[in-house]
Amino acid sequence: MEMERTREERGVSEAENKPGIRKKTPEMSSVAGEPSALGMKIENLSAFYGSFKAVTDVSMDILINKVTAIIGPSGCGKSTFIRCLNRMHEAIPSARTEGCVMLEDQDIYAKEVDPVSIRRRIGMVFQKPNPFSKSIYENVAWGARINGYRGDMDELVERSLRRAALWDEVKDKLKKSGLDLSGGQQQRLCIARTLAVEPDVILMDEPASALDPVSTQKIEDTMADLKQRYTVVIVTHNMQQAARISDYTGFFYIEDMGDPGRLWEFDGTEKMFSNPNRKETEDYVTGRFG
Amino acid sequence: MTKNGTRITPEGRPDRGSDFKTSTSLRHGLDRVFVALVFAATLVGLVVLAALLVDVVRDGLPWLSWSFITDFPSSTPTSAGIYPALLGSLWLLGLTALFSVPLGIGAAVYLEEYAADNWLTRLIEVNISNLAGVPSIIYGLLGLGIFVNLLGPITGGPSILSGALTLSLLILPVIIIATREAFRAIPDTVREGGYALGATRWEVIRSHLLPMAIPGALTGTILALSRAIGETAPLIVVGAATYLTFAPDSPLSQYSALPIQIYYWVSQPQEEFKVGLAAAGTVVLIALLILTNSFAIWLRNRYQRRS
Repeated sequence: MEMERTREERGVSEAENKPGIRKKTPEMSSVAGEPSALGMKIENLSAFYGSFKAVTDVSMDILINKVTAIIGPSGCGKSTFIRCLNRMHEAIPSARTEGCVMLEDQDIYAKEVDPVSIRRRIGMVFQKPNPFSKSIYENVAWGARINGYRGDMDELVERSLRRAALWDEVKDKLKKSGLDLSGGQQQRLCIARTLAVEPDVILMDEPASALDPVSTQKIEDTMADLKQRYTVVIVTHNMQQAARISDYTGFFYIEDMGDPGRLWEFDGTEKMFSNPNRKETEDYVTGRFG
Repeated sequence: MTKNGTRITPEGRPDRGSDFKTSTSLRHGLDRVFVALVFAATLVGLVVLAALLVDVVRDGLPWLSWSFITDFPSSTPTSAGIYPALLGSLWLLGLTALFSVPLGIGAAVYLEEYAADNWLTRLIEVNISNLAGVPSIIYGLLGLGIFVNLLGPITGGPSILSGALTLSLLILPVIIIATREAFRAIPDTVREGGYALGATRWEVIRSHLLPMAIPGALTGTILALSRAIGETAPLIVVGAATYLTFAPDSPLSQYSALPIQIYYWVSQPQEEFKVGLAAAGTVVLIALLILTNSFAIWLRNRYQRRS
């Protein structure tokens, strides 16, 4: 099953074709604290837990300033895949990857690349909110501080909380513990602390699956603002959510139990949900299985 | 189905009551017996401890006085005191904590957060568990060979330093194991949250894991240091004195310790020493233990409140 497709086949217009033209230079990120975004290119990525192959041969483009959704049934490697994009996968003992993941023009798996610096540029929000047991202010400030932020910390914390749509709710209680917030607020706090280190790409692993509908709605609203400044990749179990908020969608699938997951189809979201090319995709998005 | 067929209640429903024994009084009775038994088991420990304390306090209280604490040992019971032994125990406590706590916590951090899961690490873990169970007198012999004899020029021979180093070795495995458990109790989501922000392992440990592990680590350290205060055999082997006429004033000086002084008095023929003074010394030792434990519990609560 080769994924060889031209851009025309994938329905991507020429104008959107160019992966991030802007190259992120050190000067850029320190000017006015405006974040810049970058695109990613994944080529033949496979992920292993020891000898077990969990994900096989995935190739896709993550376009700049777009939201790319990753959908698919449980157990087909979506979470494993997304963790390979910021080298969190290899933090698990005996886990490894093969293939190439490019952030702009740099292979993040190259020998000379420091995974720690990659994880700052490609941030991650997890399924279950995991704020630190520190104050709300410290939650947001800590990441920036250890990465050597020298600007106005108060301003950075406020800016990050605003962009995560949390500022109004917590501006009077920044010293309170992050764990005292509700689930939805905790998740937005996690988004805020990710924004504080000014990443290029934000990965989200089912960020709203543990939250109530109101919090989910707030997070989805945030997504629309986020993509103006960042590139977003979101794994979601919720197809309607993917259809609502994403520009591109990738469908992961496993044929038989024990098979590695693979990227079955990747296209613009509208096409994926109205007229996908492959039968399994259509079955999944119409809810015939899941 | 009962042997008589299914009966019908007055309302017309099948009466299944006869399939089950209606009286539960035997079951409740057994339940109460069991509660009484486990309560008695708890009481046994407490009652024995209380009896011990009452006995010791009753025997020792007449001999307890300010002069008892500030006097030096003497062959006349009324002027015998525990001062050098008390000081020696305090010195030992301080120095042992100084050596064993950083080493223990450091080793635990390495084993838990940095070491790869390979045969070498597992070998180290097994050895540490074994070392925790080695009899204390063996540590005494080890201390005698290394700290008193081999490193004699540096440690000053049978000095407080040698004693403290020996005790540190003794309690190190316990501290390591307790601290490791404290780190293991921290969910991985905390680590992931830190790494995902582009932090190094040490930054995550320092800012998040250590503060969360301190309560558990302190508990283990308390227990370990309490054991160290009460150790007698290894100190005798490394040359703690049983009759000291001067107060130790430096890590390199000779010393005595509370358990050793008590042991010495108990082995005297005179009733005043064997019962009275030994009991008084025991009271002082217990008081020191309570003080140390209370301080550490206070510390642990303070950290728990903050995090």
